[in-house]
Amino acid sequence: MKSFLVVDDSRVIRNVARRILEAFGFKIEEAADGQLALEACKRAMPDGILLDWNMPVMNGIEFLRALRATPGGNAPIVLFCTTETDMTKIQQAIEAGANEYIMKPFDSEIVESKLTQVGLL
Amino acid sequence: MKPDDFAYFTKYIYDQTGLVLGPDKMYLIESRLAPLARKWNVATIDLLVGQLRSARDPALQRDVVDAMMTNESFFFRDGKPFDQFRQLILPALLQSRAAKKSFRIWCAAASTGQEPYTLAMILKEEAAKLAGWRVDIVGTDISHEALERAKAGIYTQFEVQRGLPITLLVKYFKQQGDKWGIAPEIRSAVQYRSFNLLSEFASLGAFDVIFCRNVLIYFDQKTKGQILDRMAKLMPADGVLYLGGAETVLGVTERFQPMPGQRGIYQVVAPGGAAKAG
Ligand SMILES: C[S@@+](CC[C@H](N)C(=O)[O-])C[C@H]1O[C@@H](n2cnc3c(N)ncnc32)[C@H](O)[C@@H]1O
Repeated sequence: MKSFLVVDDSRVIRNVARRILEAFGFKIEEAADGQLALEACKRAMPDGILLDWNMPVMNGIEFLRALRATPGGNAPIVLFCTTETDMTKIQQAIEAGANEYIMKPFDSEIVESKLTQVGLL
Repeated sequence: MKPDDFAYFTKYIYDQTGLVLGPDKMYLIESRLAPLARKWNVATIDLLVGQLRSARDPALQRDVVDAMMTNESFFFRDGKPFDQFRQLILPALLQSRAAKKSFRIWCAAASTGQEPYTLAMILKEEAAKLAGWRVDIVGTDISHEALERAKAGIYTQFEVQRGLPITLLVKYFKQQGDKWGIAPEIRSAVQYRSFNLLSEFASLGAFDVIFCRNVLIYFDQKTKGQILDRMAKLMPADGVLYLGGAETVLGVTERFQPMPGQRGIYQVVAPGGAAKAG
């Protein structure tokens, strides 16, 4: 069973994402900010990460840069999932090593389409 | 809807478009015609159909046909067919058409443009190999509303997130408010025309590749067969046809056969002979 780490400071969004991803057969872990997510990754690298941008303590882009600099940190497939829809932000995310980018609001169909594209489904 | 109106209406749509509406489609028809009745300022669907029957109003006829069409489409729909196009069909064309440096693609049910634009983006990505080439992408559809949207090339956030890789969104789209507009260089790579698949194809010219995806499912066997037979006539011996995931040539026409090992792609069969190997 493939594992997914859902990183978002909103419990509501984490729950929505969890339900969608569980339906595709992933085992879910959650983190409420980038710092907690990084700790979780250091314990065990997940197969996929769904990543919010704006979070307290450590935001999504900082987390992603830190993750990619961590040993083994290139392995997880990272999908940003954020309300940031600015082209410059999207470009920043790709440069930092994001594999895909979901603009909120999202639904199961969008997640499925993106997961298929990155080869997780 | 009265049985008599229902019979008239389903026959009308069948004659005009080939679309088969069985008795189970009453609800679909009513749900599509209700907004149209409001637009045309008539109180009921029966009155709308009455107007369709009595007044030969081209604007109403067009609206009715538009309303009955299912225009759903996605960029890179089903993924695989477009991988095959890029990795298999395009290299073959580059080789076989090297002398004249041109080929033509027809999207025969282009709807709101995602399919022809997907092809235009793939060709742009492969532009280095296509320097000096002329590639026509012709997108046709019966639905005027869909074609208007295709020509505008403006998509919702939802539409650009189904199938379109983010790297291509960044490269070929510009944000316009909460919508996304496709780049002029992609938009201008596609020519759109209003066209009914029940009509004669000769005016369109010849095509090396035809995408006829997710439209035959709405037709009966006879209509499917006629359309595919006429498509075969527009194609050279090594032409290829793409159908949708739920569509096939088997039992429908003898003029195409599945390309071995490639789901969804079909090759022309010469009349009375086997397809050209390739
Ligand atoms: C579901 S869409 C398919 C779009 C695209 N090919 C794809 O696969 O995503 C079907 C389209 O077929 C068009 N169509 C239906 N009957 C037609 C006809 N007789 N002539 C031309 N287009 C027709 C509809 O207007 C609609 O846009």
